[in-house]
Amino acid sequence: MAIKIVKAQPPVELSKIAVSETHGENSPYFAGWKAYDENPYHEKHNPHGVIQMGLAENQVSFDLLEEYLASNQEAASWGKKVSGFRENALFQDYHGLLTFRKAMASFMEQVRGGKAKFDPERVVLTAGATAANELLTFILANPGDALLVPTPYYPGFDRDLRWRTGVEIVPIHCESSNKFQITPEALESAYDHARSMNMKVRGVLITNPSNPLGATIQRKFLEQILDFVTRKNIHLVSDEIYSGSVFHSDEFVSIAEILESRNYQDSERCHIVYSLSKDLGLPGFRVGTVYSYNNQVVTTARRMSSFTLISSQTQFLLASMLSDKDFTEKYIKINRERLRKRYEMIVNGLKKAGIECLKGNAGLFCWMNLSPYLKEATREGELEIWKTIMEEVKLNISPGSSCRCSDAGWFRVCFANMSEETLEVALTRLYEFMDRWRRDRHVLSM
Amino acid sequence: MLTACTLQFSIYTFKNPVQTKSFSTLNPPHQTLLPQSLSLSLSLSLTHRIQEIKMLSAKATCNSHGQDSSYFLGWEEYEKNPYHQHKNPNGIIQMGLAENQLSFDLLESWLKNNPDSAGFKPDNHSLFKELALFQDYHGLPAFKNALADFMSEIRSNKVTFDPNNLVLTAGATSANETLMFCLANPGEAFLLPTPYYPGFDRDLKWRTGAEIVPIHCSSSNGFRITESALEDAYQQAQKQNLKVKGVLVTNPSNPLGTSLSLHELELLVNFVSSKNIHLISDEIYSGTVFSSPGFISIMEVLKNKGLMNTEVWKRVHIVYSLSKDLGLPGFRVGAIYSNDDLVVSAATKMSSFGLISSQTQYLLSEMLSDKKFTRTYLSENRKRLKQRHEMMEKALQKAGIRCLKGNAGLFSWVDMRHLMSSQTFEGEMELWKKIVYEVGLNISPGSSCHCSEPGWFRVCFANMSKETLLLAMQRLNYFVDSMAKKDNRSGRRQPLNGNPRRSKSLPKWVFSLSFTSTKRNGVTMGR
Repeated sequence: MAIKIVKAQPPVELSKIAVSETHGENSPYFAGWKAYDENPYHEKHNPHGVIQMGLAENQVSFDLLEEYLASNQEAASWGKKVSGFRENALFQDYHGLLTFRKAMASFMEQVRGGKAKFDPERVVLTAGATAANELLTFILANPGDALLVPTPYYPGFDRDLRWRTGVEIVPIHCESSNKFQITPEALESAYDHARSMNMKVRGVLITNPSNPLGATIQRKFLEQILDFVTRKNIHLVSDEIYSGSVFHSDEFVSIAEILESRNYQDSERCHIVYSLSKDLGLPGFRVGTVYSYNNQVVTTARRMSSFTLISSQTQFLLASMLSDKDFTEKYIKINRERLRKRYEMIVNGLKKAGIECLKGNAGLFCWMNLSPYLKEATREGELEIWKTIMEEVKLNISPGSSCRCSDAGWFRVCFANMSEETLEVALTRLYEFMDRWRRDRHVLSM
Repeated sequence: MLTACTLQFSIYTFKNPVQTKSFSTLNPPHQTLLPQSLSLSLSLSLTHRIQEIKMLSAKATCNSHGQDSSYFLGWEEYEKNPYHQHKNPNGIIQMGLAENQLSFDLLESWLKNNPDSAGFKPDNHSLFKELALFQDYHGLPAFKNALADFMSEIRSNKVTFDPNNLVLTAGATSANETLMFCLANPGEAFLLPTPYYPGFDRDLKWRTGAEIVPIHCSSSNGFRITESALEDAYQQAQKQNLKVKGVLVTNPSNPLGTSLSLHELELLVNFVSSKNIHLISDEIYSGTVFSSPGFISIMEVLKNKGLMNTEVWKRVHIVYSLSKDLGLPGFRVGAIYSNDDLVVSAATKMSSFGLISSQTQYLLSEMLSDKKFTRTYLSENRKRLKQRHEMMEKALQKAGIRCLKGNAGLFSWVDMRHLMSSQTFEGEMELWKKIVYEVGLNISPGSSCHCSEPGWFRVCFANMSKETLLLAMQRLNYFVDSMAKKDNRSGRRQPLNGNPRRSKSLPKWVFSLSFTSTKRNGVTMGR
């Protein structure tokens, strides 16, 4: 049959979502990534290259994982059962491997020092927290509705919560003047602002410990947030993917603890997001979870997880690893200590350079304050110093404006995605730069 | 909030057997600590329930209101009473699951000879660390290269695939949804030939807000796609005020078990060209084509017609997966292939929501790079599928049951119209229930696949052992036989509903093919 081709037509459109910029990848901040990609630091091969300090990865505890794998080789080879591979390869049940769900629930308990209990039946597995956050948004809000998110927040939320869901983010402005804490006034103000734009507010999404602040939310504020969402009859999503990266275990209060202390009264509005990407340093394995106290959300999330299931091969491996309570206990403890040491190293190093940070107690980064050094306390002033640091100091750090921070001059600086030696190099560079800068200023002012 | 929704729940039964847990089986946290009044079981008062439902999005609640509970029956019954050769020989045999279990031994022996592909050798620290940190949505280059080659090999290297045009996703489920997000706005439609995979209702419509308009195919021409059917579907969409963005075909077809003919493919190219719309070709069963006329990929047609690098070439997108050909549904390996850079770019970013575990990408890059293995696997797998298909076809024939002539897939499209008490969908449901409860087989009724004619069923043959398949066929044979006997005994004549096979001669004919007679002829069941 001859193919009749109709010529000269305008190309058929793609969807609005496909052509929108909501994925956020064309933002100016990607210049930093580009600079790194084109000239990456290497201890031997490129000692003057750009050091990547914009990537929140946990590379400090791989040896512990490798040690586990070396002594438990069957975990990666489907165990000793003859039919192990076959069963695992066929397993695509969206409930997830029971052993893995149990292991995740128990790991989440361990991370919280046993201060909260987690029911494996409420664990819904997703391919990463990225998927978990989007999935929850699809379930909790309709297109055009709003989620309130405290600033500064993880830049990826603009994509994860909004892109395909059509949901809006309305910021809860937090200020440096009170250490960026989430106050009831800020919550009310954000709510009112959303209402004034005729948006229906569906919930509040907090990250605890916070990215990019590197600090846990204090109990008092968590209680206030819970009271707020209860009063407004909306949801609360607590993204706790950094819960295992708290330097001192007693400083983290999970929303789960608060709910337990309230006897789970009115808990159906609460949902927790977790992942192994930060605490275990396994972002490539795509392991996330939605933990909800709402039965309907659990059921719906489970069905939706069909679009984003975790490879059964990976579930099997991690079920084995996380079921080993001795290993996980040891890991959590040592990982915490190492992160704390790194944090102290960077904070002290920055102090020597005359730079202060927000007092942090968690995460893979510190929240650095360069506002005293801005030419003008504006976004432009911040971007100017950011460019200088990128081009002269050759460090890729994340400017606060990319996190929608209302105060100019704050930067997120990662410390766990490199060796100690590399961190030293970065700190030395910064010290020298600040030293030069002060001397030049002094000369100018003379 | 409680908007009317046509989403059928049946789709879940085909994807996830173990999902029969209702709300009541989910316990609120530490129920013993909760006062009675706060129990969250299904005995909630209506007002509380409505209040609760209002808290969730339309997408979340629409799902729960589209439920058609009759389709749960098959799965529920199977779950309650699953067949096991020794432990439960009278249980229900699962024939509704399109899994490929025939060639695991080949995969297992490859793994045995290549232990490092799955395991992490103690001295290979950097591999583990590299994989653990690798979350680039462009995918592991070695894996994409191997996958592109594998796809080519399946098409006898008549077409080649550029790894840069491949987007990796967590399964074809994710790939299909992602393509919808890229190509259709909420409320826009894709045309799909019926019968189609029940999961499409969820995958293509649920979160995307897109619509499906059926292209009706009929048994009168072997369910082939015709030009008039395409036009009718398009007109139907117009009538409903739906903007048509494309056509989605599954080739080879699920549930038909046949590959699209060259004529159909050319029709499709003409159609999408003249309407200026997209064409998605879901080719996840391409490696299961076991007999002639062989598999023709849409890409081949475009290439042969000199249409490469034209506008229409950019509007054709392929979906692939390793769940059926390699039998690895648990590993969540899917892909989108497109010649349109914008689609590749948007889909790549969207794949962030469903990336393939790097651990799995690595394992499969090693496996699929082993060309000796892939060659052997593909040919041996095809052979075994062919054997199984023939085994089942012959056994069905003995029971007086015909199938659509299939050349691919993990199932046959079976004609049971003559066994229905009425040529209606009610009749189909009635027959289906009998087959689930009396015969003990869970098969998929055509109505769940949106077939326009009642009486057709999809019956899977590759997800069980040979012995189990033969037992299933034996049971079916007994059933047909007993139905015939019942007819004869009661002297009841089945109402003639335009089906010539409903005449008195049927029982005798079936009887002559029954177990008793085959024994008499010296032909034993089980051959």
